[in-house]
Amino acid sequence: MSGRGTLPVPRRAPLALRSTEDLRALQRFMAAALRRRLAPGERMQARWTDGRAMTRVAGEFMKPNDRLTSFERLEIYNRQYWFRLLESFREDAPGLFALLGERRFWRLAEAYLEDCPPHSYTLRDLCAGLASYLRTHPSLTSPLTREAVAVARFEWAQIVAFDGPSRPPVPDERLARSAPGRLRLGIQPYVTLLELDHAVDDYVIAVKQRDGALRSGASNAVARRRKSAAAAAAPELRRERVRLAVHRVDNQVYFKRLDAVEFRLLRALRAGRTLARACEIAFRGSREGVEARAARVQSAFAQWRRLGWICAPGGKGPKGQEKVER
Amino acid sequence: MPANRFNGFNDYGIGIGLRVPHYGHILSEKPTVDWFEIISENFMADGGRPLEVLDRILEQYRVVQHGVSLYFGSADRFDRAHLRRLKNLVKRTGTPWLTDHLCWGSVDGTYTHDLLPMPYTFAAAKRTAEKIRYAQDFLGVPICVENVSSYTEYHVSEMTEWEFLSEVVELADCGILLDVNNIYVSSKNHGFNPVDYIDNIPHHRVAQMHIAGHTKFEKYILDTHDHPVLDPVWKLYTRATRLCGVTATLLEWDDRIPSFEEVHDEALKANRYIAEARQAGEVAIGAQRRGRRG
Repeated sequence: MSGRGTLPVPRRAPLALRSTEDLRALQRFMAAALRRRLAPGERMQARWTDGRAMTRVAGEFMKPNDRLTSFERLEIYNRQYWFRLLESFREDAPGLFALLGERRFWRLAEAYLEDCPPHSYTLRDLCAGLASYLRTHPSLTSPLTREAVAVARFEWAQIVAFDGPSRPPVPDERLARSAPGRLRLGIQPYVTLLELDHAVDDYVIAVKQRDGALRSGASNAVARRRKSAAAAAAPELRRERVRLAVHRVDNQVYFKRLDAVEFRLLRALRAGRTLARACEIAFRGSREGVEARAARVQSAFAQWRRLGWICAPGGKGPKGQEKVER
Repeated sequence: MPANRFNGFNDYGIGIGLRVPHYGHILSEKPTVDWFEIISENFMADGGRPLEVLDRILEQYRVVQHGVSLYFGSADRFDRAHLRRLKNLVKRTGTPWLTDHLCWGSVDGTYTHDLLPMPYTFAAAKRTAEKIRYAQDFLGVPICVENVSSYTEYHVSEMTEWEFLSEVVELADCGILLDVNNIYVSSKNHGFNPVDYIDNIPHHRVAQMHIAGHTKFEKYILDTHDHPVLDPVWKLYTRATRLCGVTATLLEWDDRIPSFEEVHDEALKANRYIAEARQAGEVAIGAQRRGRRG
């Protein structure tokens, strides 16, 4: 997970290493150096946080060799840190890239990664806190903040759908036996329910078709920031109220549009309401008759069970779910 | 192949890394491969496609787990939730041994996602060995540590890299995943003789070897894993094989990945150099020849 605030920057590295605490101090210092943003020309910054020349600071703890100064040797790691994280961020956010354009996207990426250094052993989690960050830093995406948040939520939901956990399905007999007033059901943890003001599903499909976006494995060494595909006209992100379930079938990621009743029903079930209560919430304000409602619920459930969404209750859904009324 | 206690007494041959662009070919064509190395972190998922692919691979092939995030050299304690997740994967794969790097990469709960070089000091070796022992006990499989390629050195270092590696593995009583490409890369970046490195490590602890390609820049060499193995690396591999015995070997190719056949053919070239090592002189037979030290 990302986003735990700015870390303290040590003033200097230890001059000797005799204990685990000395080791930690050295590692804190070097990590702080790697996390500092690159200067123009993708070089390491010329000054340390206290104003001292970085050539001097690097020379205090790094050896030079016959070809590279201490500064240049540390710079290799500083560049690799940023190139690797930026590349991963770019791979996970193709829709956001298309929405914001290259310049603003990289400015956002650098700000986010500086403010929220990775707190997970896997780069898969790099964008877990991005939607929240966009909400609290609107200047980075203005005037497209609402759109950017929507796209970021949708893109994170796809990552959850790709490899999120699943729970066993509910047996048919349990569904048949239980009274709706007592029956509580779960929605698979890998399913994310989203209610958005923009048609991000159409948008991201259009972007992926344009970019031929593909995930690829990461290399240990990143020699340079990879060039983005030549800029092409960005698809249009239409303003439209959409309700989506981002999910997987046979381990392929899909997204499915839901109507308002279906969305409220699923959201209420996920929040732990009984089936009867969830139906009340879902149909509030509806003019449908009892029989029509029953038919609709049965039809929806048949489809959701085929898709594997319905499971035993327990646990929470992915982060960023909509709130449900009591 | 020398089977020793650091690789669970297994005689594995020439393997390649399991990579996404080859999934389709491997699952449909089921080519003959001695074994696959998987990046543990790519399969420490809770569900979905990664685990489906892994289970299908496990039905057909022998798999060894290679990690990039244990960071034995980080001063911080292990995240036990991370170790538990890794242990679940160990149970799933049945990996006979597990490898990760002799490096650090996290501090205060933040991750650099890089394999950062250690300061070669006795205090760092002691802390690193403690963590390897802990992980080995927790995970219940032999651990082998891999030497990383590096681009810088610290003033505080008190010994050479190979002395540090030797110190750590003796203190931890663990195995070595000897990456001969990394030795070559670091030797050029730091100006030491790679033969000194290979000659002066505890050969009986070498349980696996890595070979890979690298990229030369004007002032340094970068460990990019995006090329075939270069001749000087094969020469070092031949020497290491003479000293350590014929050892489970894996080709790493992680970027600009060509077809499965091209990668596998490159890996199988190792057999040619194993034959050269045999012709050049006596090839060690590992732990059996040298006794069971440590």
